[in-house]
Amino acid sequence: MKNLTEQNAPELLQKERSVFDSPLERRSFLQFAGAGAASIALIAAGCKKDRGYNPIMSGVTLDFKNDFGVLNYAYALEQLEAAFYIQVASNPPSAFSAAEKAYFQDIQFHEIAHREFFKKVLSTAAIGNLEVDFSSINFADRTSVLNAAKAFEDLGVAAYNGAGVRLTTDAYLTVAGQIVSVEARHAAYIRDIISNGTFADLNTLTALGSSDTNGLDGALTPDKVLAIAKTYVKTQINVINL
Amino acid sequence: MNIINILEEIEKVDGEIYERLNPRRSAMKDFFNMGKKISLAAMPLALGSMFQKAYGQTTPSTVTDVLNFALALEYLEYHFYNHALVAAPTLVPAGAPTAAITTIRNHELAHVNLLKGALGTSARAEITYAMTDFTAGGLFPLVYSDYLTFLKVAIGFEDTGVRAYKGQAAFLKGNGVLTTALQIHSVEARHASHIRQMLAANGVTGLKPWISLGPGGIANDTGVSAVDAVYVRENNDVQAGVTITGIATGVTKAAAVECFDETLTKAEVVVIANLFLKTGFKL
Repeated sequence: MKNLTEQNAPELLQKERSVFDSPLERRSFLQFAGAGAASIALIAAGCKKDRGYNPIMSGVTLDFKNDFGVLNYAYALEQLEAAFYIQVASNPPSAFSAAEKAYFQDIQFHEIAHREFFKKVLSTAAIGNLEVDFSSINFADRTSVLNAAKAFEDLGVAAYNGAGVRLTTDAYLTVAGQIVSVEARHAAYIRDIISNGTFADLNTLTALGSSDTNGLDGALTPDKVLAIAKTYVKTQINVINL
Repeated sequence: MNIINILEEIEKVDGEIYERLNPRRSAMKDFFNMGKKISLAAMPLALGSMFQKAYGQTTPSTVTDVLNFALALEYLEYHFYNHALVAAPTLVPAGAPTAAITTIRNHELAHVNLLKGALGTSARAEITYAMTDFTAGGLFPLVYSDYLTFLKVAIGFEDTGVRAYKGQAAFLKGNGVLTTALQIHSVEARHASHIRQMLAANGVTGLKPWISLGPGGIANDTGVSAVDAVYVRENNDVQAGVTITGIATGVTKAAAVECFDETLTKAEVVVIANLFLKTGFKL
């Protein structure tokens, strides 16, 4: 892959060589390169011309070179979801029914468990804690909270669906499947309390890659998911080797 | 037209594109060298033949097997709901319940058509309604006359579907088909969530949108012992070697069980599916 790319872009190769030849480690080069002006920096198809500048590195880096990158991606999303539900469950909108309060408690513990699961599996490879930005959500307002929850869950489903194909370890792939169906159950529940019967309104999810005609849920690549999720994250998330 | 970028895009969804194109990655050079020699106008044709070579060949038999297995389940689900709507029109109450069952029926039909189309000539024989028996040999005699029984069988189907797809995921690892299977899988989970809510709305207590811990810690949380086989191991709280109960404050055994759905093996699913197929048509 790398060779092929370089073969077709000799001038780029020259530029990269000069960096690789310097005392800089390859990994830190990629980290430097990954720090774009936007909070989501991509080193992937179409973004190669960005390599070699942007010397400021901050935030966390998701390195999709192996399964740990995918698991860290899931860990990032679960951190986000857990933080959201912790805030809702600790101080729910007054318009929430008793049943809604109870189920949001449940969901809170599901997302916390997912977050902690990934943290444990990743061990020393885990990214740091993300700082969230929920300024766009009015936590006192039932509708605002439900719409945010719906957005998180539908996006979470599309994220897992789109990332599964990247996993190379059977056990991790299976676990991702075990989690995504629970996220889908959450999504359906939240959609139903917003408007009963909208649990699987696939024609409203086309921006996430769904197809009502084929009965397919959303599926998005990590770059697209993170571009949507960045509204809720202060920490810069850098993506490499996607 | 940047072929490299196109290939990279494909690689994102199909990590094995290069192996598909040619088992030796280095051999790809031949293609790019050739690319230099042919005109820009001819490039789409050349690309087309390249992808035909990559994807036009027979799908690995394991993938075909998984898709045909999924197709059989989708036929069953489709007939189950469709028969209720067309042959027992007073079974499901008008309004929201009928709308929900119609939505689900339409998705199952879409899945049947999608899988049939993907399999092409490799698709298994059609399963017709006449081959099915949704009373499960008399286990659910009121399935099409009692709404609650119908919903209880429905939740058995949906939770089985969710578990069946994820049990097959590893066989599709790295294959573009996996994404489609996952997209079907999460729709089944949405159905399951809603049917559970429909049961709760009709007085079945203790049923959450997600599979929880059954009474006394058993795996089956539906209260319908006839569907125990659907819920085997659903009280498991150890995932990839990590114990989930107590992983953080407030994560009880019930929460640990709820937050991960379990898999079913193909053999386990076949036993369940065969309950609903007449002799001579069993999987």
